[in-house]
Amino acid sequence: MADLTKEEFWRWREYHRVMPKKWSKADIITAGVDVGSVGSKAAIMVNGEAYAWGITRTGSNSPESAKKALDYALQDTGLTVGDLKYIVGTGYGRVNVPMANKAITEIACHAKGANYIWGPRVRTVLDVGGQDIKAIKIDETGRVVSFLMNDKCAAGTGRGMEVFADLLQIPIEDIGDISLKVEKEPDPVSCTCVAFAKTEAMGLLRKGWSKEKVLAAYTRAMAVRMANLINRVGYEPELVVTGGQSKNIGIVSRIEVILGVKTLPMPRWREDGLDPMVAGALGAALLGKALYEKAQKA
Amino acid sequence: MITVGMDLGTQRVKAVVLKDGQVVGRSQAFAGFDPTKATEQAVAEALTQANLKLSDVQHFAATGSAMDMAPYEHSTVSMMSADAKAGVSLIPTARTIIDVGAEEARAVRCDERGVMADFVVNERCAAGAGAFIEAMARALEVKLEDMGPLSLKAERASPINASCVIFGESDVVSLIHRQESKPEICRAVFDAMADRVSSMIHRLGVNPDVVLVGGVAKDVGFVASLNRKLGLTVKIPEYPDYVGALGAALIAAGRVKGGA
Amino acid sequence: MITHYGYIDGSGEYYIVVDSDKCSGCRKCVIACPEKALELVTEFIDLEDKTVAAIAEEHRKKIRYTCTGCKPETQQTPCISACPSSAISIVWNPR
Repeated sequence: MADLTKEEFWRWREYHRVMPKKWSKADIITAGVDVGSVGSKAAIMVNGEAYAWGITRTGSNSPESAKKALDYALQDTGLTVGDLKYIVGTGYGRVNVPMANKAITEIACHAKGANYIWGPRVRTVLDVGGQDIKAIKIDETGRVVSFLMNDKCAAGTGRGMEVFADLLQIPIEDIGDISLKVEKEPDPVSCTCVAFAKTEAMGLLRKGWSKEKVLAAYTRAMAVRMANLINRVGYEPELVVTGGQSKNIGIVSRIEVILGVKTLPMPRWREDGLDPMVAGALGAALLGKALYEKAQKA
Repeated sequence: MITVGMDLGTQRVKAVVLKDGQVVGRSQAFAGFDPTKATEQAVAEALTQANLKLSDVQHFAATGSAMDMAPYEHSTVSMMSADAKAGVSLIPTARTIIDVGAEEARAVRCDERGVMADFVVNERCAAGAGAFIEAMARALEVKLEDMGPLSLKAERASPINASCVIFGESDVVSLIHRQESKPEICRAVFDAMADRVSSMIHRLGVNPDVVLVGGVAKDVGFVASLNRKLGLTVKIPEYPDYVGALGAALIAAGRVKGGA
Repeated sequence: MITHYGYIDGSGEYYIVVDSDKCSGCRKCVIACPEKALELVTEFIDLEDKTVAAIAEEHRKKIRYTCTGCKPETQQTPCISACPSSAISIVWNPR
């Protein structure tokens, strides 16, 4: 059961969604296909408005994963691939999206998608996934101004938080709340390396620290690290946190305190809003529309 | 003149007894939860080897990451200075000394007197230290001491994520699932370590002779990978894990002479 | 677009910074880099494709190891010296 909960909290389930919207053949219908290392996402847009999307796991074969995601997004829409005026491939497997008219880097697409989901006021995007951390600064049109990617390091990533939660034997879905159950915020741990966290945490527990305090000190160190990344790309309001760690209230609230800002709220994607996970695919579909219109004019 | 050097590492504590410039006793113990007590044990054992008593010691000097927990009245020596001093005393041509320990790797450039000129430390990241090999050995279910000999049987290295222990572990697990051979995975682990350590040396500029010390210097697999990567043969003293303690004892002797 | 690839850890902060708006895609840095850490890529900027220099894919998550051979203290690394458009810089704040 513990594994199932973990799956749900950090990760995600395969699903697809169709918005209540009408379309005709005269509309500009475009698609974005985002083939990531773990998930493949596809989004369909009608005249630049989100219409449908699908999220699936990436298999060992990128072209197949791309097709699977797109078919999933098209399911129950009445549309076929032939109705799509322009398809943009993005993500780590973008060059392997066979039906795409063009491949665009995931950073450009993620930025455009964030601009679409949160509107032109979002300027800084911190994306904390299972395996890496990226900070992106964008302008009011969703163009990337500055981008930062950290060397491969588990500190602060979903994987790193999982290891730490296991160490303290705290259920992964509770670590955010538990880390906030301290009267006074402790100093951050000095060492952020997950492999050394064991020694560090055991030392603190032996000194009589509570689990909550140890977790708070560790989470604080991760938040400081992320705030540093944000400052490096040049922080500008408004800020949004995406990726699995956006659900970790311990991390997000501390970043807010350190930077002295409030992050933009997540859309209610489980109900009727847009899922931040498809930001890249939505951005790709939007860029696809712009490219289609440009081609029509030429 | 009798001095004692104590090196309080994160995993092991080491003690060296020096009498008139000669090592007359050396011993080590697991740091465990009480590095102070462990060091007292190591010192007692080393003194017994030398037929000496605590009261014979004119000066104690401590080094290592836990040096603030050293027993007895002592002075302290930076880990870089200890490496430089002992490295040159053991191998007079040494100008670059690399110390790869359990949790930290250091590269020190020094002059012919063993005085440090420049250094690079890989700190607070397990990927650059012995902990990386240990974690991979656990993931591979191979004894730590078997990793080196196994890796020497490999013709090539499997691809693994070299820059983080946590992600490296999952890479090793998936390589095992793909039934890659253990020697090739071991070789990949050492090649990855060698990449990192050689990058530290390059930051200092390669100044022959390169001397490798610290606990990891005893690992034949790592040494082979590092030599291959650097395109030279690194020199390794006889007791590479005692180099820090020896450096502290040598500097202690200098302090006694200098009247400090 | 300004891209930063690098790391932050106990030893400090280190990033290779490429400004693709300034980059002319002349390839001089690609040739100059002793570690072959740079390559020319197609960047999609304002609905146009532009050929610019970038950190090569396989080095993007290990700058810590790839770029240590060059001394950032001087800001005279081969890539910086080779660039006629001042599009490359290095952030290095040792702790």
